[in-house]
Amino acid sequence: MPTDADQLLAVTLDGLSGLIAALIRRGYRVAGPTVRDGIIGYDEIASLEDLPRGWSDEQRGGHYRLVRRDDEALFGYAVGPHSWKRYLHPPLLQLWRARRNGDATALESDPRPRERFAFIGVRSCELHAIAIQDEVFLRGRHADPHYRARRDGAVLIAVNCAVAGGTCFCASMKTGPRATAGFDIALTELITDEGHLFLAASGTDIGRELLAQTPHRNATPEQAATAEKIVDRTAQRMGRQMRSDDLHDLLLRNLDHPRWSEVADRCLSCGNCTMVCPTCFCTAVEDSSDLTGAEVSRSRRWDSCFSVDFSYLHGGSVRQSVRSRYRQWMTHKLATWHDQFGSSGCVGCGRCITWCPVGIDITEEVRAIRESGHS
Amino acid sequence: MTAPHRRPRLAVWKFASCDGCQLSLLDCEDELLAVAGAIDIAYFPEATRGAVSGHYDLSLVEGSITTAHDAERIRQVRGRSARLVTIGACATSGGIQALRNFADIRDFTAAVYARPDYISTLATSTPIAGHVAVDFELRGCPVNKRQLLEVICAFLAGRRPAVAAHSVCMECKLKGNLCVMVAHGTACLGPVTHAGCGALCPAYHRGCYGCYGPQETPNTASLGGSLRALGMDERALHRIYRTFNANAEAFRCESDRHAD
Ligand code: SF4
Ligand code: SF4
Ligand code: SF4
Ligand code: SF4
Repeated sequence: MPTDADQLLAVTLDGLSGLIAALIRRGYRVAGPTVRDGIIGYDEIASLEDLPRGWSDEQRGGHYRLVRRDDEALFGYAVGPHSWKRYLHPPLLQLWRARRNGDATALESDPRPRERFAFIGVRSCELHAIAIQDEVFLRGRHADPHYRARRDGAVLIAVNCAVAGGTCFCASMKTGPRATAGFDIALTELITDEGHLFLAASGTDIGRELLAQTPHRNATPEQAATAEKIVDRTAQRMGRQMRSDDLHDLLLRNLDHPRWSEVADRCLSCGNCTMVCPTCFCTAVEDSSDLTGAEVSRSRRWDSCFSVDFSYLHGGSVRQSVRSRYRQWMTHKLATWHDQFGSSGCVGCGRCITWCPVGIDITEEVRAIRESGHS
Repeated sequence: MTAPHRRPRLAVWKFASCDGCQLSLLDCEDELLAVAGAIDIAYFPEATRGAVSGHYDLSLVEGSITTAHDAERIRQVRGRSARLVTIGACATSGGIQALRNFADIRDFTAAVYARPDYISTLATSTPIAGHVAVDFELRGCPVNKRQLLEVICAFLAGRRPAVAAHSVCMECKLKGNLCVMVAHGTACLGPVTHAGCGALCPAYHRGCYGCYGPQETPNTASLGGSLRALGMDERALHRIYRTFNANAEAFRCESDRHAD
């Protein structure tokens, strides 16, 4: 029986467990959050037992620690260092290889994954980040076949955020904390006197189909109101804020602001911020050949505008100074991305702040320029 | 059809070093044996005596210059090599033995040898590039086998080696490691250190020791602030850079900024 699109359903822990099992049965590679080495990262999961039950995190600039919650929430944490781009846009990917055999050359392109992905626990900022990478990789005549092969048919099971991380600012970027589009199913986790429940909304046909097959009840209006309140409270508790409506012009008017030199004194040009950013997409293409030249291959790996080689043109790098590299990064994220792709390149997830070893904070850097720059 | 060509000649030379980098090369045995017919490999381990003869398409040089004799020998090697690539921390920065550069060599020889007057050595340990022109420097203590093969293949094919000069952090993130600095509060030199090892230490939950030397644009002063916040005092900051790449400029200068 088809489910009413607007109807919120209440699903128990057993129900969620059944949903994961159903995805695995249907042949999906299911990935979700899991505790590993002192972080909550994304990995393949086999059941509910792999999820970070009862864990949360403490985050600020250059600092992350797992902390225990006083309940058994499965999704009571904020995003960690991994993002879904690990799966959709892998860090290292062989594009093709060729082998010479006498006068013949055999060319093999990268083996496309056979299974489709299902991601569990996708946050609203991450749905926006995936939509941004869709725009980067799939728009226009030259869609990226490697990204497409991984993205097509991927099932996204989102979770509305019940806690705001210490470095989150999605409310400022209008990308969260409520999942509004781009998901197949969106869950809100409720832990009340009635027990441990998930209110589920479907966003697509596959989402509706999966939910119809998951044991559920219709959510009560009270449950729906509680879920709303949880997400509203998260929106009010963002770890960071940043005015975002005027950033394009503000930054491009201030390309000579002294703050760029000041931040360059602190910046390590280590590239961590771009590696953890869920929208950064840049890669370096590398060729290799074996000792005899009989086999050659070409791969691409994540690169960063913080490396010197990134801006290597004929004869040298055009961004020698760290000042120019930091400025490239921040103006691309917040300003020129609008010109290039029609949106901001920042979804306010806060990863670049938490995982910067010296705690450089994009919201602070904007504030400094706003307060003393050309307005 | 290409004309049949002469087998490329590869030579391996040793200067002051522990042989660890040559072991990385021996570790490539399977790959090298597979093409033993395609290239001609000449080893010159400890070739301190005897004349250097012949010409080589590619010379791999391990070790630093610590004696007047070696300073002369490296010039001969350069003269006989179309391409000269240094391998390892000793050859590219002077190695752990460059700690002598910060002290009086006579104290060391007196402490180690019964007859220090028999020892003829320079007061410093210096990288190969301080003596002759070098075509490429491969970092690491020891070098990484995969990178070593890449350099050999690239030079024999006449292409640029795919050896990145950015931070260890980028490799750490490519691997999906957790960051021991941010998530555990463990001091790590990864942000100022040259990539190449594949972020080996952080993968085992230890901080990077900097054995690949400084990355292309190291900001050791800024990292120092974080290391201090993690509990390192002046002496620790002085000592953490006094290891395999003590003589690399960025590490030497940062170490000098802190009192022992
Ligand atoms: S720039 Fe920073 S806050 Fe914005 S999306 Fe990237 S990692 Fe998240
Ligand atoms: S910020 Fe840098 S690494 Fe990220 S997408 Fe832009 S240019 Fe690429
Ligand atoms: S802003 Fe932070 S994370 Fe990014 S390159 Fe600079 S020091 Fe590294
Ligand atoms: S563990 Fe060390 S090398 Fe890895 S990202 Fe953190 S600071 Fe960089």
